Amino acid sequence: MEDAGFIIGSYVVTFGVIGAYAVAMLTRARRLARRVADEDKPWT
Amino acid sequence: MSIPPDDTDITTAGTSSAATRLLGTLAVVGVAWLVAFGLLFSPADRDQRESVRIMYVHVPSAWLAYLAFIVTAGASALYLFRAAHSLAWDRLAGASAEVGVVFMGITLLTGMLWGRLSWGVFWTWDARLTTTAFLFVTYVGYLAVRRLGGTHQQRARRSAAVALLGVLEIPLVHFSVRLWRNLHQESTVARPDGDVKMDGLMLFSLVVGLVAFTLLYVWLVIHRQRALVLEDAAEDHGLEQALSDRRAEAALPGGR
Repeated sequence: MEDAGFIIGSYVVTFGVIGAYAVAMLTRARRLARRVADEDKPWT
Repeated sequence: MSIPPDDTDITTAGTSSAATRLLGTLAVVGVAWLVAFGLLFSPADRDQRESVRIMYVHVPSAWLAYLAFIVTAGASALYLFRAAHSLAWDRLAGASAEVGVVFMGITLLTGMLWGRLSWGVFWTWDARLTTTAFLFVTYVGYLAVRRLGGTHQQRARRSAAVALLGVLEIPLVHFSVRLWRNLHQESTVARPDGDVKMDGLMLFSLVVGLVAFTLLYVWLVIHRQRALVLEDAAEDHGLEQALSDRRAEAALPGGR
């Protein structure tokens, strides 16, 4: 594939950024969930 | 929000539920389809050649960023103009804006990579690029306003005002390619005459990208909105704890 570095790089950037954001958010949420009672988590 | 006493049930389930796990699985399947069609099955374009493959992530991320900011404005309006002033709308607005900033950042980065292949430069002060960068900075500012401090209601009121102003930039960004002479091409799909100028498999790849990004957006916003519920509860808990400590200190002999 011509210009494969740029093209594959754009997919790596896209899913790398989304993945890093999701992991950071879920890790922080898990840490906060330990400090909050279940009655304040209607989804549980 | 209540303070969890020592004997209260606290699980560490985070923000997951059966529905978000199903949604997350569908989003991963959608992303796998997007990678397969975007990189392997769709043909190269006559003019853009292989660089058209970047469009299958660039265009959906731009559309989802627009959608995210419109949802932020809608939720902000519902917060401001409904009598209940429910913080649930404020949290939805904040969650959607944050996810929108992530998608807008991806739009700028993938656009730079595409620009390098098509125009020979990563960046140029073209009207579409400049207005998009301005929209990105506006919503980074919105997220900063949310962190200014004060009560949850104060945060909600001032950030809602910023969201209702910020959303006015979206038409400017979208129509910038027609309002000014510039390098960025006009829309290929969302054209005013309804004539879609794309090969069938290329259009299918773009639709797969749009579906995959929409699933990702909904999944991320649900999780972020729940994380905001936890942040607010933990903040209230910390504040009540500090007040209680201060009262106990004042009650001691010689306390002030």
